[in-house]
Amino acid sequence: MSACSLEHLPQRQRATVAAIDWDRLAVPEARRLRELGFDEGVGVEVLHRASLGKGPIACRIGRMTVALRRAVAGRIQVALIA
Amino acid sequence: MSTLPLVALVGNPNAGKSALFNALTGARQKVGNYPGVTVERHSGRLALADGRPVELVDLPGAYSLEPGSPDERVTRDVVTGAQAGERLPDALVVVVDAANLDNHLRFTLQLLALGLPVVVALNMIDLAERDGLVLDPAVLSRELGVPVIPTVAVRRRGIDLLLEELSTAVGGATAMKLRPSDPALHEDIVTLQRRARRIATAATVSETPTRRWNHLLDTVALHPVVGPVLLLALLFVMFQSVFSWSEAPIGWIETGLAALADGIKDVLPDGFLRSLLVDGLIAGVGAVIVFLPQILILFAFILVLEASGYMVRAAFLMDRLMAQVGLSGRAFIPLLSSFACAVPGIMATRTIDDEKDRLTTILIAPLMTCSARLPVYTLIIGALIPNTRLAPLIGLQGLVMFGLYVLGIVAAFLAALVLRRTVTKGASSGFMMEMPKYQWPRLGDIGIGLWSRATIFLKRAGTTIALTVVILWALASFPQAPSGQKQSEYSIAGRIASGIEVVVKPIGFNHDIALALLPAMAAREAAVGAIATVYSIDNPDEDAGEVRLADRLKGRWSLATALAFLMWFVFAPQCISTIAVTRRETNGWKWPLFMVGYLFAAAYIMAGITYWLAVAAGL
Ligand SMILES: Nc1nc2c(ncn2[C@@H]2O[C@H](COP(=O)(O)OP(=O)(O)OP(=O)(O)O)[C@@H](O)[C@H]2O)c(=O)[nH]1
Ligand SMILES: [Mg+2]
Repeated sequence: MSACSLEHLPQRQRATVAAIDWDRLAVPEARRLRELGFDEGVGVEVLHRASLGKGPIACRIGRMTVALRRAVAGRIQVALIA
Repeated sequence: MSTLPLVALVGNPNAGKSALFNALTGARQKVGNYPGVTVERHSGRLALADGRPVELVDLPGAYSLEPGSPDERVTRDVVTGAQAGERLPDALVVVVDAANLDNHLRFTLQLLALGLPVVVALNMIDLAERDGLVLDPAVLSRELGVPVIPTVAVRRRGIDLLLEELSTAVGGATAMKLRPSDPALHEDIVTLQRRARRIATAATVSETPTRRWNHLLDTVALHPVVGPVLLLALLFVMFQSVFSWSEAPIGWIETGLAALADGIKDVLPDGFLRSLLVDGLIAGVGAVIVFLPQILILFAFILVLEASGYMVRAAFLMDRLMAQVGLSGRAFIPLLSSFACAVPGIMATRTIDDEKDRLTTILIAPLMTCSARLPVYTLIIGALIPNTRLAPLIGLQGLVMFGLYVLGIVAAFLAALVLRRTVTKGASSGFMMEMPKYQWPRLGDIGIGLWSRATIFLKRAGTTIALTVVILWALASFPQAPSGQKQSEYSIAGRIASGIEVVVKPIGFNHDIALALLPAMAAREAAVGAIATVYSIDNPDEDAGEVRLADRLKGRWSLATALAFLMWFVFAPQCISTIAVTRRETNGWKWPLFMVGYLFAAAYIMAGITYWLAVAAGL
């Protein structure tokens, strides 16, 4: 099982959240992230990436599709599911 | 104040609370397929199954009782009875999206901990089924310890059962009290979330993967290259259609009004009353009413975008650009609704978490071309820009119109850029947003939306604009000019305008415009009404149907003046309602005054530059 951050997770590769670096997120951002269901052990998948360079990503978390910025996605470590 | 039992609709954003509110009360609250449609409380009445009347309140969606944005604060305050002068609800209807249980149940658990009687509406059960999800409401009910009723709010399914359960919940023997000490209230989100996931799993009978239309659509809509092109194309078609599809219906209204005016001229003798009706009301108010078709076309587009779920995709695509001016993609939604009207646009900023971010969005919202500018733009463009076809479906007039919209957007972005570095300086906020599933727009919803816009528009034309035009008519009719002098210059209004003209002459404005600027302060469309009234007074003998307002302008305005006038309207904050709502939403006069100041300054400078350049170019 290999790991990377959600920011670099290949599209459509199923994974679970391994760890979230809460301390390096702004307080309101961390709260929203929790409210949207981000938590260790939850299944995630990157669905779409806006524009090639930066721009937000759309990912599936639980049953929900959520858009977030790459900087935040970079704080979320995921474990790939084979 | 009524002492009816109070029932509140609560739940996550986009769960279908407002749709349920409408189904229960017969109201026509706005529903839309994106989180954050409702931003304030709305109340209505309904009769329970046993006939007792209760007051029902629809609330903004929230993810938890710890508010992140001003709209969520409203919800928290109502359900905890913290709102000043408000009573605690007697029961809650917690609305959850059946296809999104693990997330929505978390907030439900938190609400249950409040200790109020609760009925859960397991809404959007049809969408859950479409996704191949089978749920057991009985299990859910047992796990939560409250009644759970499957509903499809938009098709009124489950409403009767819901009303029955509500009858039991409301006014049950025990007087319920808040239990602010309940541990679950203070449990952290993660613990609640895990419990919610466990319950959701227990209540799920089976799950069969289905075809994923959503994903397919998003593959196109969010594509790095195709996505932005599609968004731009959509906006282009929207503005182009506003211009091209409305020609015929506008013609019908014009013909009707002309017939009315001629009819009155036949019946009434020349005099005070006839002038008031024909020159004042029909010319002035009529000049505004003819734009109803355009406004409805624009709204139809915006309503379809809102109902389909595309709005959040647009926000997603725009985030990168918005980030560069210090805003988030989320702000794009209020800005896009400002194309209709800045007032609901400014209200919609309540969904923005970050205070500075929200303030910036409020300050730039008036730059988005609202529908009240349409009459002004259309009149000037129709009069002075040739109606040539550049390509099939693309006309020069439509292109100029599109250019004005783009100009508004560019100006808004530049303004945000400057504001974020000066008066609303602060760390850039993030963008995090739930993306709803696509839905086929419901014709009924669009119809209701259009109907309510049409009534608002006509009411405004019949009140604010009619009043403004009548006052202007009176000021422009007296005192009577001696022969050889122009009425529009000799009258009181004419003299006031001559005063204003001194200030605006340097930027190319003529006496007509000076005269129109003051009434335009009440509402932008009133500028068109004012010009129409004054021309009508100046030419009392013409048949109304004979010479269209646009043709009258042709002879009197130079192209340079017209362009400067258009530019003025891109910036000028001429709308009392916008100023009022800004004052309300920012709690004071500081920001509305700042907004008015910077926008007028920009309007003056930009109109001036346009005029001087146009003159230099020999126009
Ligand atoms: N298919 C289906 N769609 C529904 C149902 N209930 C609501 N909708 C749709 O879901 C979307 C959201 O509905 P709203 O009533 O605006 O949701 P809300 O909970 O008031 O949302 P906010 O005000 O943003 O918190 C709209 O597009 C509705 O037409 C349902 O039972 N079935
Ligand atoms: Mg709502």
